[in-house]
Amino acid sequence: MQDFSFLTTWLDNSLRSIMPGWLSVTVECLLVGVGLLLVYALLALFYIYYERKLCAAFQCRLGPNRVGPWGLLQSFADMFKMLIKEIIHLNHIDRFLFALAPYLVIIASMLAFAVLPWGNGLQIIDFNIGIFFLIAVSSIGVLGILLAGWSSNNKFTLIGSLRSGAQMVSYELSIGLSVITMVCLAGTMSVGGIVQEQENLWFIFKGHVPAVIAFIIYMIAGTAETNRGPFDLPEAESELTAGYHTEYSGMHFGFFYLAEYLNLFIVSGVASLLFLGGWMPLHFPGWDAFNHIMDYIPSVVWFIGKAVLLSFVIIWFKWTFPRLRIDQLLSLEWKYLLPINLVNLVLMVLIIVNGWHF
Amino acid sequence: MEVTTKSMPYDAWKDNEYIEKLVKELNENGTNVIVGSLDKLINWGRSNSIWPLTFATSCCGIEFVSLGAARFDMARFGWEVARSSPRQADFMMVAGTIVHRMVPVFRRLYDQLAEPKYVIACGGCAISGGPFRKSYHVAKGIGDIVPVDVYVPGCPPRPEAMIYGIMQLSRKMKVERFFGGVNRQEKQKEFLAAHPVEGVED
Amino acid sequence: MANITDKIVKLFPDATVVEGNDPMVTVADSRWHDLAALLRDNEELKFDYLVTIVGMDWTEHLGCIYYLMSTEYNTVVGVKVLAEGTRETPYIHSVADLWAVAVTYEREVFDFFGIVFIGNPDMRRLFLNLDWKGYPLRKDYDEDPALNPVSTESERQTDFTDVYSLDENGNVQKKEVRVFEKDDFVVNIGPQHPATHGVLRFRTAVNGEEIKKIDLYCGYIHRGIEKLCENLAYPQTLHFMDRMDYFSAHNYHHALCMLIEKAAGIEISRRAQVIRVMMDELSRIASHCLFIGTYCMDLGATTMLFYALRVREQILDIMEKTCGARMTFNYECIGGVMQDLAPDFVQDVKALLEVLPKNIKEYNEIFTGNVIARNRMEGVGVLSREDAISYAVTGPSGRASGWACDMRKLFPYSIYSELDFEEVVMTEGDSMARFKCRMREMEESAKILAQLVDNIPEGEYCVKVPKVLKLPVGSWFQLTEGCRGAFGLYLESDGNTKPYRLKIAPPCLPQAAVVDHITRGQKIADLITIGGSMDYIVPDIDR
Repeated sequence: MQDFSFLTTWLDNSLRSIMPGWLSVTVECLLVGVGLLLVYALLALFYIYYERKLCAAFQCRLGPNRVGPWGLLQSFADMFKMLIKEIIHLNHIDRFLFALAPYLVIIASMLAFAVLPWGNGLQIIDFNIGIFFLIAVSSIGVLGILLAGWSSNNKFTLIGSLRSGAQMVSYELSIGLSVITMVCLAGTMSVGGIVQEQENLWFIFKGHVPAVIAFIIYMIAGTAETNRGPFDLPEAESELTAGYHTEYSGMHFGFFYLAEYLNLFIVSGVASLLFLGGWMPLHFPGWDAFNHIMDYIPSVVWFIGKAVLLSFVIIWFKWTFPRLRIDQLLSLEWKYLLPINLVNLVLMVLIIVNGWHF
Repeated sequence: MEVTTKSMPYDAWKDNEYIEKLVKELNENGTNVIVGSLDKLINWGRSNSIWPLTFATSCCGIEFVSLGAARFDMARFGWEVARSSPRQADFMMVAGTIVHRMVPVFRRLYDQLAEPKYVIACGGCAISGGPFRKSYHVAKGIGDIVPVDVYVPGCPPRPEAMIYGIMQLSRKMKVERFFGGVNRQEKQKEFLAAHPVEGVED
Repeated sequence: MANITDKIVKLFPDATVVEGNDPMVTVADSRWHDLAALLRDNEELKFDYLVTIVGMDWTEHLGCIYYLMSTEYNTVVGVKVLAEGTRETPYIHSVADLWAVAVTYEREVFDFFGIVFIGNPDMRRLFLNLDWKGYPLRKDYDEDPALNPVSTESERQTDFTDVYSLDENGNVQKKEVRVFEKDDFVVNIGPQHPATHGVLRFRTAVNGEEIKKIDLYCGYIHRGIEKLCENLAYPQTLHFMDRMDYFSAHNYHHALCMLIEKAAGIEISRRAQVIRVMMDELSRIASHCLFIGTYCMDLGATTMLFYALRVREQILDIMEKTCGARMTFNYECIGGVMQDLAPDFVQDVKALLEVLPKNIKEYNEIFTGNVIARNRMEGVGVLSREDAISYAVTGPSGRASGWACDMRKLFPYSIYSELDFEEVVMTEGDSMARFKCRMREMEESAKILAQLVDNIPEGEYCVKVPKVLKLPVGSWFQLTEGCRGAFGLYLESDGNTKPYRLKIAPPCLPQAAVVDHITRGQKIADLITIGGSMDYIVPDIDR
């Protein structure tokens, strides 16, 4: 298996050879920050294109195909346009909060983005509560949405953000519980540790029944977390025009737009981390030849491939199902997902205690 | 400079004189190389990313729906991101009759669009009142209410005509100057000064 | 109809019969409410469905003609009531307490003629601005644009409505009443809103997500078609029919042609009749297809729109080959149809009939069976049969509530009496029933097409009609079935080449008016479900 840590070590060593330690750390931080931003932007643009093409395919259409080869540059054109679009200043709003909200949303998703394990040795920081940190920061996003809805001084945005608040708070529970279920199996909260634990077998196979249940619940709750159909109530187009970001224009809206797609990536990235081994190639205990062949595929490809595949499923949801109503949405969480989840957690613990997992 | 889009020969366009006039205006005073190339990049982005506002009052709106459907598929050009909030849209396809009661709403929607904004008058009713011109309650064309960029005749225009109309708009966007003296915006300002909305400042 | 009018006069001696080609009952305004109550409640009459109120201006008098129908005996009767009072403040007593839909109809008459209805709980203008000067459908209306200029200034808004009453001296008194309670949280939905299917506006008082009350505003696409028709020759009035409910273009065209032909005594060939019926049914399928698509899109299942539009495009292709247009066809004309059928019409229709069942099956698999869709639609917006009749909700929406109101069956016109098709009636009355009802109607329409497609008789497609058409003096009323319900037309002629009055009674206005009634206590999201399932077309409401 290729280890990318030689790259980072080499960079660190060469920097330290030409400058003092504190400076090299600063430069490294800057480099990583810029790199993250770049990957973030590129990934968001790719996701926009990806969703538009997929949606077109579901609807028997062609999708973007005029700008650049196969329409690949479509989302770049969109970004250029969005950058120079006017940012409208409104009267009778809370200006500070109004301007703050999109940044909160995008910072939340960026922070979560930073913890993801990109590949073998390609992780920015691996600390002992990594997955906990991820869940903690990703829930800052809801604050941004609430602020956006409140500060716009508009009834549609207010209803949108209230819905969003109720939805996120509820589904956070499910996400948390299904993550805990998997943390039990892994025995560690460190992202790197979780990946290493899956060296023999991915958790979804290792933990069989409870892991599969946790996976399904995670996917449902994750879809709800990202405000995507069939749970896209906060921005339900046919009810609330554009939901909580109705009043935003230009790049402020662009932030919401990008964050929405990036959250999609993060949710599917975390799902692949918890259930499908993160960057870990597909390994089966005892199948040495097979495992060896799998190792030839670089770990980055494994991670991104899994995430994109899971995003495909979420996008598939969106373009197939109609939207739920707010009370149905909440009863789905509180009456079904949460009890199932709790039972599932107990089941998982029993399985681990008795060593019934693979 | 021949302004055209992918796989459209220049001679296939109509109203080339108008675009040529715009190009001439654009190049009248010469352009800085850096600013000029930046302009080109921005115009490329803008002309390829034209998001409509979902706004339809009558029959033409249904043809606009057909335009989004599989047969005509405006997504090919990247126009399918129809925004319901005017603040996020780039142009307004005025598909249908605008009547007296709708005029203030319509004008407000136009004012809510974020710059740069464009208007396409789609169908006879939007252009002149169409078959309802003699009615007591129909505005005789939206040209008196907002500045219009492209007129698409028809009752209702076929989706192909709408595609052509938006492509013309895209061509217009290509010959604009974003940095330093925007030729089109000056005209827009003049128009809006001549047609003020009472009771609204700024 | 003569025996009904006689029966009414026998039961209510104060009423008299107006003879003519369309006999009516007339009564003085002071006795009108009593007669109305009798008409509705008498066991032998049972006129429980108010079809329309035709406001009239006979220059020396203002007045109304109420068209009533009995759903039990399938009889229609017109009642003519002249307004009391001066021309400045004419008044008639309201029947809003008897038929719920009358509230809206009376507002419409007030808007156009200035007739005040005593006792109507909501006497505002319906289509025009509050500050509109004059009453446009009066014959002496001043059309000077300086009086009512196009203004970009926002129209005046008020939270009050007017209620009129008579004091002991017989003078009309006006009282202001609040529409909403003082501290209601009112959300404005529309006129520019993706879910209103055009430019309709609901002011919605909500309690959290729950709807307390809806105040309906129409007129954002009111184009004054009825007034325009009064200044046009009969063949010219036809083309407006395409532009009201643009999905029922053929049906509406057909209806007006039939009415004018009936008035002028023109017999059309059988070939033309078959062609017209086939076009009607084709457009019914296309219309229901688009309903399915937009409705699913409202519920968030965008993809269904594209699947549904696929069939619609196929039908539009058939139409385009014959009529030369995709939407506003202007195909039926007085005396028949404009052109003969395209050579491959039969073949195309057969191809359509082949793919249609497969598509309907697909829709059911993707959407109808979906658990989310079922939860969203079942039990939402239940409209009982009594309410459906009282609110005059016709068409598939009414039939879903158990009211067999298909005008093709009740008053078979053209060749419908010879055709074998089933009237789809369901009893649940919820949004799901309205959705399923349309699904099944598509199958029934396909059945009609299958019967006709091989039996299109030879013959001329259009008979000779005098270039300048004059109708005899008289009035005619007719009910036909559009894609969305009962389409009523009232035509009054003074012997000229132009209609004296052409009243269009669209099916969509009551369907929008009933939304307030059935959304109370439901969620905001249900407003979208219910509005979508009613399937109103806004230009049809506003005309």
